[in-house]
Amino acid sequence: MSGLGGRGLRHLISIDDLDRPGIERILDRAESFAEVSGREIKKVPALRGRTIVNLFYEASTRTSSSFELAAKRLSADVVSVRSSGSSVEKGESLKDTVQTLSAYDPAGIVIRSPHAGAAQLVAGWTDAAVVNAGDGKHEHPTQALLDVFTLRHRFGSLDGLNIWIVGDVTHSRVARSDILAFTRMGAEVTVSGPPTLLPREIETLGCNATATLDRLHEADVVYVLRMQHERMTDSFVPSLREYAAQYQINSTRLRPDQLVMHPGPVNRGVELSAATIDSPQALIGDQVKAGVAVRMAVLYELLVGSPVLAAA
Amino acid sequence: MATQRLFHAPRPAADLLIRSAHVLDPRGGLDEPRDVLIRNGRIAELGTSGGIDVPGDDRFDVIDAAGRHLFPGFVDPHVHLRTPGQEYKEDMDTGTAAAAAGGYCAIVAMPNTDPAVDSAAVLGALIDRAERDARVPVGFLASITRGLKGQELTEMAELRETGAIGFTDDGKPVVSAGMLRKALQYQRLCGGIIALHEEDPALSQDGVMHEGAVSARLGLAGIPSLSESTMIARDSALALYEDARVHFQHLSAVESVTALRAAKEADARVSGEASPHHLTLTDEAVRTLDSRFKMNPPLRSEDDRRALIDGLRSGVIDCIATDHAPHAVHEKEVPFEQAPMGTTGLETAFAALYTELVLPGEISLGTLVERMSAGAELYDLTAPRIAVGHRAALCLVDLDATWTVGEEGYASRSANNSFHGRMLHGRVLLTLAAGAVAYRRPMRVRGQERVG
Repeated sequence: MSGLGGRGLRHLISIDDLDRPGIERILDRAESFAEVSGREIKKVPALRGRTIVNLFYEASTRTSSSFELAAKRLSADVVSVRSSGSSVEKGESLKDTVQTLSAYDPAGIVIRSPHAGAAQLVAGWTDAAVVNAGDGKHEHPTQALLDVFTLRHRFGSLDGLNIWIVGDVTHSRVARSDILAFTRMGAEVTVSGPPTLLPREIETLGCNATATLDRLHEADVVYVLRMQHERMTDSFVPSLREYAAQYQINSTRLRPDQLVMHPGPVNRGVELSAATIDSPQALIGDQVKAGVAVRMAVLYELLVGSPVLAAA
Repeated sequence: MATQRLFHAPRPAADLLIRSAHVLDPRGGLDEPRDVLIRNGRIAELGTSGGIDVPGDDRFDVIDAAGRHLFPGFVDPHVHLRTPGQEYKEDMDTGTAAAAAGGYCAIVAMPNTDPAVDSAAVLGALIDRAERDARVPVGFLASITRGLKGQELTEMAELRETGAIGFTDDGKPVVSAGMLRKALQYQRLCGGIIALHEEDPALSQDGVMHEGAVSARLGLAGIPSLSESTMIARDSALALYEDARVHFQHLSAVESVTALRAAKEADARVSGEASPHHLTLTDEAVRTLDSRFKMNPPLRSEDDRRALIDGLRSGVIDCIATDHAPHAVHEKEVPFEQAPMGTTGLETAFAALYTELVLPGEISLGTLVERMSAGAELYDLTAPRIAVGHRAALCLVDLDATWTVGEEGYASRSANNSFHGRMLHGRVLLTLAAGAVAYRRPMRVRGQERVG
């Protein structure tokens, strides 16, 4: 296979599967696909006649719809399987489901699972290229790629950029993939949030960690994580009110020139103030828009990126 | 007459001459090549190397064991035989076959079966089973509480009279200090060791691996080391107060070794074990998200592993126990968080520890051999000896042989071994247990040396 920065890429399971040239190459291609999305007929024939299976074991709106759109804009046939209403509900194991779907000879399987390592297991059970669309609290590499895409679009480069990731880091696969991707692209990353929601030794991923927002003014970009309601019942934070008081990103905490990102869906008035969400500081709409182009680029990279395969 | 505590199927007593093996029996101070003559299952003669004449009797097998090592058989105080109730994972026959293949001459089975070993009826049926199927002697721990629920004590005295070595709720901690205290008090009546799986569920919660850098990276819920060490400290205080005899199972963390050392220095009657996997692997292995590396307690950091090795060397950790925990392929072939905890260990314990601890010079071969059977004394069982008059309980090992774990399959019914695919040094060739050959690998038997 052709190199992604010298390495072949068969599956995208983790940001660790990509070096910096690999990320740049996918994002360069995403730029050209973003141009396709601006056309009246938003399709290219790259995956005509090939099948992509979307296997979603968790509720998802933007990730599943953008993967579906991405595959369709590459002219692939798309089968979407959700855990509810499928044989998964009848207790079928992940392995049996994957082997059943593999009988349709898909070129790619996109999987979202509540469990870390699910995508990696699937890759061992199928000949298809596997894309991790989120595995437990482990990784969400295409989200990180579209976040890098959005930032690169705005700043030209992430080199020297100071990015703060704020909120529930412990339960966030987005935070993990973003820390890896942002630092790999030359940014300095600081994670901040309630001490109960910052994993011990998170610094070993190459970021700084702090429990307060005292130095938030140093950030060029503030990446806000979703605060899930169930964290209250587990006593990670005493109340949403207390969380918002200590960690909400709003106009009193932000300078006007700091930019704000969020993976969605947002809890308005909890981790982000409504005014900030709707302000020009927020890149949230850009992130969603980038999703389709970046996922087209990932599928293209895995399925036609290799000159050998493209010639076949 | 003392109640019998070990049970096995009747097997023909061995008649065997093992010639010129390097005999290493740390308890007897023996460390040199010898001839060992076993007659009718007992060690009849211990001669100089090549000094014992081949018996003029055809029933004697003669094994030329020059260059091989002969050790007292290993004793494992911590095995999950999965019977009754989960025979698809392991049973009396396969579990004791795995033990024999690993050089074990006795093992102790845990009571977290289905149903649990919490009544004389269940224990009695298990003993019957062992007397029919066990290839090596098996002892049993009964549960401390009914159904391992931590609510009511089992009928400990009756269980002891039926043959239980002692008691444990292994797999689960005894969460209530008050409940454990009552068990420790009751021990004065019925005797028997009380072995504890130490874990504070309020701290371990839904953790699936060691809390540290690797869990931070993988986004897996962590089990902090102090979920174990705080319970060891608590229960050591209880043991001291009640003058009870307590054994701590599968220590995994530096803080636990510290707590055990402190308890011993305070003269509490406590002991502790460590497993081959905690002594040789760390949470770095979990980066692969391979469920073979999921066990409870979890594989911890390199600092923890070093502390366990230091403890083994100094004697703070008294013995090695495998915590052999078989699971079926379909149970382990799922995402890490969903997989059951446990690794098999009987067939790989010696080779893993010899390869990872003895060859690099961490501990001596003598220390390893002694700790591999030290569980016997802790559980008031007779420690195997290579000495005249003792019933043969020994294993012959080729330390120079290398083998790839799993390439010939496993004697265990399950294959969830954390050393699977690794090349290890040291291969068990022959195991004698209770005076009978329990395991024998095909090897040279010099027929021409036989007389007659």
